[in-house]
Amino acid sequence: MNGIVFDIRRYSVHDGPGIRSTVFLKGCPLRCFWCHNPESQATGITKIRKTETLDGKSTIADENVGYSISDQAVVNTILRDRLCYEESNGGVTFSGGEPLLQPDFLLSMLRMCHEEGIHTAVDTSGFASREIFTRVAEATNMLLLDIKTTHGNKHLEATGQNNKVIVENLKSLNNPNLQLIIRIPLIPGINDTREELSASLQLLQSIRQPVERVDILPFHRLGQHKYEALGLLPSPKLPNHHATPNTREAISLFNQAGFWVKEGG
Amino acid sequence: MITSRVEKLRQQSLQAENRISAERALLVTDFYKSKTAVGQPAPVQRGHCLLHIFQHKSICINPGELIVGERGPAPKATPTYPEVTLHSLHDLEVLHNRPKVSFKSDESVRQAYRDVVIPFWEGKTHRDRMMNRMTPEWKKAYAAGIFTEFQEQRAPGHTVLGNKMWNKGMLDLLNDIEESRRCLDYHNDTSISIKLDELEGMELAAQALIKLADRHADELDRLAEASADSQRKIELQQMAAICRKVPARAPETLHEALQHYWFIHLGVITELNPWDSFNPGRLDQHLLPFYQRDLAEGRLDREQARELLHCFWIKFNNHPAPPKIGVTALESNTYTDFALINLGGVKTDGSDAVNELTYLLLEVIQEMRLLQPSSMVQISKKNPDRLIHKTLDITRTGFGQPSLFNTDAIVQELMRQGKSPEDARHGGASGCVESGAFGTEAYILTGYFNLTKIFEITLHNGFDKRTGQQAGIASGDLSTLDTFDRLMKAFKEQVNYFVDMKIKGNNLIEGLFATHLPAPFLSLLIDDCIANARDYNAGGARYNTSYLQGVGLGSLTDSLTAIKLHVYDRKTLTLESMVKALDNNFADYEELRRMLVFKTPKWGNDDDTADNHAVEIFNIFFNAVDGRPSPRGATYRINMLPTTCHIYFGQVTGATPDGRLAGTPLSEGISPVQGADQHGPSAVVRSAAKIDHIKTGGTLLNQKFTPSFFDDPESYKKLTALIRSYFRMDGHHIQFNVVSADTLRDARQHPEKYRDLIVRVAGYSDYFNDLGEDLQEEIIRRTEHHGD
Repeated sequence: MNGIVFDIRRYSVHDGPGIRSTVFLKGCPLRCFWCHNPESQATGITKIRKTETLDGKSTIADENVGYSISDQAVVNTILRDRLCYEESNGGVTFSGGEPLLQPDFLLSMLRMCHEEGIHTAVDTSGFASREIFTRVAEATNMLLLDIKTTHGNKHLEATGQNNKVIVENLKSLNNPNLQLIIRIPLIPGINDTREELSASLQLLQSIRQPVERVDILPFHRLGQHKYEALGLLPSPKLPNHHATPNTREAISLFNQAGFWVKEGG
Repeated sequence: MITSRVEKLRQQSLQAENRISAERALLVTDFYKSKTAVGQPAPVQRGHCLLHIFQHKSICINPGELIVGERGPAPKATPTYPEVTLHSLHDLEVLHNRPKVSFKSDESVRQAYRDVVIPFWEGKTHRDRMMNRMTPEWKKAYAAGIFTEFQEQRAPGHTVLGNKMWNKGMLDLLNDIEESRRCLDYHNDTSISIKLDELEGMELAAQALIKLADRHADELDRLAEASADSQRKIELQQMAAICRKVPARAPETLHEALQHYWFIHLGVITELNPWDSFNPGRLDQHLLPFYQRDLAEGRLDREQARELLHCFWIKFNNHPAPPKIGVTALESNTYTDFALINLGGVKTDGSDAVNELTYLLLEVIQEMRLLQPSSMVQISKKNPDRLIHKTLDITRTGFGQPSLFNTDAIVQELMRQGKSPEDARHGGASGCVESGAFGTEAYILTGYFNLTKIFEITLHNGFDKRTGQQAGIASGDLSTLDTFDRLMKAFKEQVNYFVDMKIKGNNLIEGLFATHLPAPFLSLLIDDCIANARDYNAGGARYNTSYLQGVGLGSLTDSLTAIKLHVYDRKTLTLESMVKALDNNFADYEELRRMLVFKTPKWGNDDDTADNHAVEIFNIFFNAVDGRPSPRGATYRINMLPTTCHIYFGQVTGATPDGRLAGTPLSEGISPVQGADQHGPSAVVRSAAKIDHIKTGGTLLNQKFTPSFFDDPESYKKLTALIRSYFRMDGHHIQFNVVSADTLRDARQHPEKYRDLIVRVAGYSDYFNDLGEDLQEEIIRRTEHHGD
């Protein structure tokens, strides 16, 4: 079975435990205005302008984003770093885009990895049908799930989609074998207030599935140069500064509530 | 904690200027003019020569120091070795004035050279003898930059002290010599007279070192007498007592052991100018009994031990490598002398060797932050991760030391070469990355071998464009190279031709050293020279190896991949047009060059399309060299390391099919071409492990990380996992440069702000400011790996 992947990154150290290979699946239903990988949003194979500099001279050419690849070929690449996973208790992380947008491809690769004894993680927005979400949650060792805001309208404004599906999916989880890591990207103007973060905290306290860890991701503007290469304009909503002032506060809020918190992924 | 005494000594060492000292040259000349020298067999002559130097050289005792002895009259006053190579007045001037690593000489040095040294030695040096014997073919290849010759200006060395000398003094060795003499077979042995000469030379050399120590004791007594500082007076008296005991007798305390070694070190580097100076090897193993005994008997505490070790470290830094002349200045534009301290690894019984001193010595390395001695940590699967973490603590500070070696690979390499398990486990790496059995092996590096240049010559049917000469054989013009296999066959013929030539040359040089410049002092130290009554330079050691060092693996791999893909498989262009583009240095071929650089698989990305060519090149080189015998009884082997020779080899090599421009550096060690690895460090180590490291005597892999990579404990674990993975795949060595490119760029703008900035160059570290601009540029370019 083939799917569309836009990158496989090896020795990835911020996408789950240990040394991992991260497989980026193309296409995403959300349009977060701060997205660091805007080239991954559209489904299928698309184009991006690429500048190549050699001895100070630059040329610009269109390059494909995404390629069609078989599940087996992806897994073969993943297996190349088996020793690193063994030495570090690492594995593979499927990210995106939104990996749940290619569910059969994803599920097939998860199955193949487990047959090879490779630890799997899926990095998702949670925006998928209940059926797909549940099947993936059952097929992976770990879920890295983004919580942006609990506020429906704000979520719509920030991502182009309502968060009802995401919240309901999260609440539906109740699987003793699943490691759940919640990732909270701090977005200025969206969720960087105490009220917003407290609401997210309450949500986490209300679900049945135990939360292994909460990752607080400080805001940064990485990837903004890509918008131009895609012929897009960066969102006017994007603030100019890198660090969110209340990262420490956010960490201590979740810490005090008894969660294991980590800054960054 | 660094005491104020140590800080003063350290500053003195850092600030001392490299100077040429004519003292040794004058003493050696003086000796060779004397009656004692005339008509003596070479080993006896050399023994007397060392005795003469040690009887007359000036004694230098620096204020406050606890370990004494300088090779020259002062720290960094560097002697010359006119019997090996003779500096002209012009050479002295170049060394004096050159912007990088200058060696100052004053009028007295120039006068000594003009009036005494040059008139006596002109035409009579080892280098003259050697150059007179080399064939025109050898000279053509040498001029073309196919290979370099290590023993052209420096003596063979490449060895490390083993266990023996920590338990024996010179007087014990005199007994061993007597015993060896007793065992000679006067009835059947046809070389009896040569052996007697050798043993006599060794005897003289042992006495020479005792003489040197005695003269230090006398001077220390004199200083003690004159000292107004009552505490220093006691120290000086104690040091005098130590110098009267060692190296004549075996040391019993840590202080004695360090002083004992240091005299031995001076003996080796004064007798001749052997490559890689010399080094104490497995220091945490050797010093442990002395340290533990001192602690148990209340002679010193951990802090006092630390101070002694600091003082010991500074002695190494006072001794830059002796300056060379001509082409070799380019081959290795560095003047550190490659004393590589080994820590960690396994004991001779194979068990984990890490001990409390291992960690204390790591602290000493971190505190001293000196160029010399250099340091490495051996990592066996039996060593704890803590050892790696403590090492990364130092690596992350951007100091470039210690580098990491795979003990289990080294042991396998040495055993493949025929060492016993015990001798192999008592080994390690010295110089840059070279494996050796410490105390029992002469593993002599003979020269770098420019694999990429040989490919260039293959594409020109043996002709070297740069020198305008037919340097190689006629292996077929382009029209005959109509398949990739035929191209590789032609390349292989050229490699075999040049390896053969190189080895012939080396065998000859080896004979010159054995005949004219034996090393009776070094022979005392390395088993079984005394028992065999045979010189180190003549094959007296238990194990004898000669290495040829392949350079340019990454550049050549990418070149072959490009030609295979674009010329033979896709037929995008003909071989003729490729060669034309190369001959034009890609002028008017920009599009082709972009395709070669950006659209061609590269070594270092775990892509078999490229990596298979690396394996093929490796095997051709290995098969051409490995197992060939030398007259002294050594076996030729390969290793893959460049020091800084990839810069020189790059300068003499035209544009290459990987898109590299003429004259620019080749890839170094087995590292990917600078910037070609784009799939992270795990892909790099997977690629690197595809060649069979166990069949080498060392490989060098460089990885650069920015400091941010070491920010949290998690990243330590992940780097440790990377190292362990590479070592599970038999990787020999990996080193980390931890600096940001911005820091380095700033260092180029403001060198004055970065005088202490040390970077790992290639198996060793050097001051960034002392590196040539091209090397600085290259270090900036090397891919920075960010795990994100």
